[in-house]
Amino acid sequence: MSSTENPTLSEYRRREQSITLSTVEEQLADVDLSETTDELLTLNFGPHHPATHGVLRLLVTLQGEIVRDIKPVVGYVHTGIEKTAEDKSYWKVIPVIERMDYLSYYFNAMAFCGAVETLAEVEVPKRGQYLRVIHLELNRIASHLIWLGTSALDLGAVSIFLYCLRERELILDLFEMSSGARMHTRYFQVGGVIEDIPPGFAKKLDQFLQIMPVRADEYGAILNANEIVLQRLRGTCPLDAQTLLSLGVTGPLLRAAGNPWDLRKADPYSSYEDFQFKIPVGTVGDNYDRFAVRLAEIYESVKIIRQALDGLPEGPHMTEDRKVALPPRHELATSMEALIHHFKLVTEGFRVPPGEAYNPIESPRGELGCFVRSDGSSKPARVHMRDPSFVNLQALAHMARGGYIADMVATVAMLDPILGGIDR
Amino acid sequence: MPDATGLELIAQDLRGGDGAEGDSEGPVVATEFFRGQATLEVRPERISRVLAHLREKGFGFLASLHGVDYYPHEPRLGVLYELLDMARVDRITVRLRVPTDKPVVESVTGEWPTANHQEREVYDMFGVIFSGHPDLRRILMPEDYEGHPQRRDFPTGGEPVIFTRDEAGWLESRE
Repeated sequence: MSSTENPTLSEYRRREQSITLSTVEEQLADVDLSETTDELLTLNFGPHHPATHGVLRLLVTLQGEIVRDIKPVVGYVHTGIEKTAEDKSYWKVIPVIERMDYLSYYFNAMAFCGAVETLAEVEVPKRGQYLRVIHLELNRIASHLIWLGTSALDLGAVSIFLYCLRERELILDLFEMSSGARMHTRYFQVGGVIEDIPPGFAKKLDQFLQIMPVRADEYGAILNANEIVLQRLRGTCPLDAQTLLSLGVTGPLLRAAGNPWDLRKADPYSSYEDFQFKIPVGTVGDNYDRFAVRLAEIYESVKIIRQALDGLPEGPHMTEDRKVALPPRHELATSMEALIHHFKLVTEGFRVPPGEAYNPIESPRGELGCFVRSDGSSKPARVHMRDPSFVNLQALAHMARGGYIADMVATVAMLDPILGGIDR
Repeated sequence: MPDATGLELIAQDLRGGDGAEGDSEGPVVATEFFRGQATLEVRPERISRVLAHLREKGFGFLASLHGVDYYPHEPRLGVLYELLDMARVDRITVRLRVPTDKPVVESVTGEWPTANHQEREVYDMFGVIFSGHPDLRRILMPEDYEGHPQRRDFPTGGEPVIFTRDEAGWLESRE
């Protein structure tokens, strides 16, 4: 070749130009493609792959680039929280249970506290219910922001991740203000919330509620005008509502397929019936609908928080029942009875009448149901969390079969599995 | 939730429907209405038919399937099926109990695909064997794990942590 004789080029450049692909191309031309396409390849995907959103391992059977089957392998972060909970008194269970689905900790606490309140017949005062709603919906937005940021990362959009985490910081600041902790706040207690919101919280929340819809508009503007995102989401891996229901899938995935099932509307708990909000639904149930439904839910959550903040009733934030709720700090100095109650609560904890209760709520990922069985002692005899991620994961194979492996990555992102919730 | 009367009507319906086929013992063992939640306790071998019957009545969504250990009461192991009627927003719990020496329950994965992972979890944690399950393996614990950790007589703690540096010595001590 003439270039190899060019004396001005370095040794490296000359060798580079001498490389020819002709041998490779000729070899390809000889191969009979009709035979190779039938060959199946099993690919191990994860557990330490950034696109699996945790430690999810997928055994993917591929035919060329087409996914033929997926077997999820889970259990890598199983920590036995349900077993641990049986060794702790009811109020000490809340911190460990919050760590199951680590992005929606308020929801875990709400499901558990609701079940215990059903068993112990504890009434939560209206203000406590509204404060719960405010924190639940803030948590829903925070969870959706993490989902949006990491999913966009999987699709190749890096900057949106930083924007989403920027807004999530504002929410975590609010959580820090009301409870002192940014994550796993232990704010919800059996009978209400541990403390009233501090002065200045309402103002800061109001600022956030003004910012959030504007920022959500920006996310929509960035992603909905992005050709790559649209091509990877539109029409990929759809699944109809009937199959989703038979697989037990709930939450945004079901709503994306057009079924407006939402426990906040269907079976309201914690005063959700007081608020006006819409349930975003999709039409075909493809990845784009899953994305659009969650993005729209951010606006609805903002609306709910706005109404709860404006209509926040006066009154106690925690039940007056001293058998389950700690007495106020100032009473301890003056009342012997308060001191006795305090001592009983922090040493033994409260006892719950024997029985079983299943308390379902709508988490950012679907129906989060907490089953609690009490044997009459101060520790639960059984705590089980019906985690939506665990159940929804079964739908992944049905969604991704027949699609490209690249679409499977997008589908895992749109499925929004939280491995802490799956493995518990 | 069906109210207490509604629960009795469902139980009556189940008893009547099956008793007509010349069966002396009906499928319903007990009914329980507690804190507004309806529970139907049925005999384990009849679970598929009870669930099929309830599906006809509108409870078309299996929300959750989970296990309970009723130690020290016998029969110890319980499996609970949380059914949901989405049209009427109604829930009912179906419970069955099996002894630990013969913990076999018919799998419902054929009719309710959502039960697949959840039955595996109950098997893993309680050792309930679901006959007819397509892939009954452990799901959360390691495949070579011994015992079923959610049983009430399974001790917490005391399990050695195998760090890489101790692995050789730990294996020797086991032999």
